[in-house]
Amino acid sequence: MAVITVERKPLTFAERTYIPQIVGGLKTTFKHLVRKKQTLEYPEQRPAIPAGYRGVPTLVKDPNGREKCVSCQLCEFVCPPKAIRITPGEIPADQPDRAHVEKGPQAFDIDMLRCIYCGLCQEVCPEEAIFLQNQFSMSGYTRAEMVNHKDRLYELGGTLPDQHFKWDHKKAAAEHGNAH
Amino acid sequence: MFDFFFNLPIFVQALIKGLAVIMVIFPIAGACSLAERKVAAWIQDRPGPNRAVVPWIAWIPFLGKFLQRLGVFHVMADGGKMLFKEDSLPGHVNKFYFIAAPILAMIPALTTVTVVPFGAYITGNTVVPLALAPLDIGILSVFAIGSLGVYSLILAGWASNSKYPFLGSVRASAQLISYELSMTLSVIPVFLWVNAPGREATLGFARVVEFQSQPGFWGGAWFGFLMPVSAFIFLVALFAETNRQPFDTVESESDLVGSFHTEYGAFKWGLFFVAEYSHMIVGSAVFILLFFGGWNPLPWVPLSDVAVWLHLVDQPVILGILSIAIFLGKVLGMIFFFMWVRWTVPRFRYDQVMKLGWQKLLPLAVINLLFYAVVIAFLQK
Amino acid sequence: MFNLFALLVVFGAIGVVVSKNVVHGAMSLLVSLLGVTGLFVLLDAYLLAFVLLLVYAGAVVALFLFIVMLLDTHGDQRPGVKHLPLIASVITGALVVVGAASFIMHARLPEPILANVPVVGDSLKHYAYQLFTTYLLPVQVIGFLLLIAMIGVIVLSRKHEEAAS
Repeated sequence: MAVITVERKPLTFAERTYIPQIVGGLKTTFKHLVRKKQTLEYPEQRPAIPAGYRGVPTLVKDPNGREKCVSCQLCEFVCPPKAIRITPGEIPADQPDRAHVEKGPQAFDIDMLRCIYCGLCQEVCPEEAIFLQNQFSMSGYTRAEMVNHKDRLYELGGTLPDQHFKWDHKKAAAEHGNAH
Repeated sequence: MFDFFFNLPIFVQALIKGLAVIMVIFPIAGACSLAERKVAAWIQDRPGPNRAVVPWIAWIPFLGKFLQRLGVFHVMADGGKMLFKEDSLPGHVNKFYFIAAPILAMIPALTTVTVVPFGAYITGNTVVPLALAPLDIGILSVFAIGSLGVYSLILAGWASNSKYPFLGSVRASAQLISYELSMTLSVIPVFLWVNAPGREATLGFARVVEFQSQPGFWGGAWFGFLMPVSAFIFLVALFAETNRQPFDTVESESDLVGSFHTEYGAFKWGLFFVAEYSHMIVGSAVFILLFFGGWNPLPWVPLSDVAVWLHLVDQPVILGILSIAIFLGKVLGMIFFFMWVRWTVPRFRYDQVMKLGWQKLLPLAVINLLFYAVVIAFLQK
Repeated sequence: MFNLFALLVVFGAIGVVVSKNVVHGAMSLLVSLLGVTGLFVLLDAYLLAFVLLLVYAGAVVALFLFIVMLLDTHGDQRPGVKHLPLIASVITGALVVVGAASFIMHARLPEPILANVPVVGDSLKHYAYQLFTTYLLPVQVIGFLLLIAMIGVIVLSRKHEEAAS
């Protein structure tokens, strides 16, 4: 790479007194003084959340209102700070619309004091059931409050559009004699 | 009411006057801490403190919101916090001097106020300045008592018995003495000019302001225009004396952790800050009296002219209040300038401060003094 | 008021001599100087009072403290008073007391002369005039003395540096 030597010019007298520079600086700061303020006044004004924002991890339901999580526990295993605890459970027989789902979580806790918002759980989930969504503000008065339980996770997560409807396909396949 | 006041014993009168001035200085010092935060925020494109509010004031439709946005209640919250916080006394300090230091900081800061005239009224044809103690040697007493302020910094640093406060106090003692010299030299031309032959000699402020309110082009010009170099040296020295940026090496949070007040908290810490702002107010007042026309509203427009235009010549009370308002306005403008500079010029290194003080400012002040001595000798021959 | 300031002066002075901590000593000196300033103010010699305050209290004692802090960071204990100096100081003190007592008891100051002493303390112009006419020689001599002292200090500290390097 070519080296360009730049000659360092000796300072002029005006520059050595600092005064023109200081006056220039004062002008700059004064411009900022009268300029429109940049601050977003948070509780009243909310920031625009960009697409792909990784906020609080949540559980989502499919458009049919079924929970997507099958408690495979992959997220629990992948979670670096071990923030996720899942107690797997059977699907009760009296829920015909979930009949073809293999399993469901009995309990699903995410300890938000531990969570590092890495998004590995979302990445690893085979059912696209856990998403890091727009929620960015978590607070509570006790440690217990900072653990998101299953119902809270679904409340935060809501329903996301689904392209696969995997369990509908399963059901249809079962109804057609499981012919692949 | 006035008769009642003037019939009081002289001691009580003095007490009331003194209390009145202190009652003005203290809230201004408090308001300065708010202004500091607000100006800092505005220069950084932020709105600054704007949350705290007292409910029954928040109910006032427009004003309440305005006061909240201005952050007025943050000052009260801060003051209350400082009063009621635990006033800690670390175990490793020299207790006597540790407690004495903040008190020592307040004494000179409030004493210097007494000799500074802050307004004037007109009786007959003479302009009478308003001051607590209109001494003949005003400027000298300001310098003398102001120079005692350094002890609070030295003692605070020394008594804290820890590393950074100590370094800060060493810096303070050296820096304040260095800049006192240039400061004193820079005001001498003003008093040379003012003490023209044939008049009684004085070092008081009233005469200086009187000289800046004479008729004519040269008479009406403020000394800031006639002696820009003096004004500049005085201003720079003032920044150094009050430990304001860019000369706050004494305090410098980044390398000395706040230096002399590192070990202080709560009310004692607050006293240091009230003292610092009082110093700023008195320093600005002196600067304005000497170089920017005192209570004259504009250059070439003395107060007496304004009084004639507004028909206030025979109403001393209203005119006095007007002059005090003009003067305070100028002082607050100066304080804004202090804050403005704070967010413009970065802090000098300690060696740069010393070099600037001894090798640049002091020779400049001496040359300036000689130049004006010759000029004044020719002019007033 | 006079008694108060006189007490300040005396106790400050005693404090300078007696205190074992150098910083305490410097602060006692400051108190003593403040007392002297107060006495001057009582005499209506404002100029003298404030010059004293400016030069001694404002600068000299601050420099003392600066030096003390540079030299030993803790303001260390200085050695206690030894016997010989103690005896000497007691004798000197006694002499001063005896002298003062005899002066008060036997001396007669002619009253009219006191009244004829020109009052120079009240007017700046007077001060300046006296300083540059009647007392010009002493002022110049003291100035040169200080200059010599300053040069001496510079020379001494130079030597010290060379020896160190």
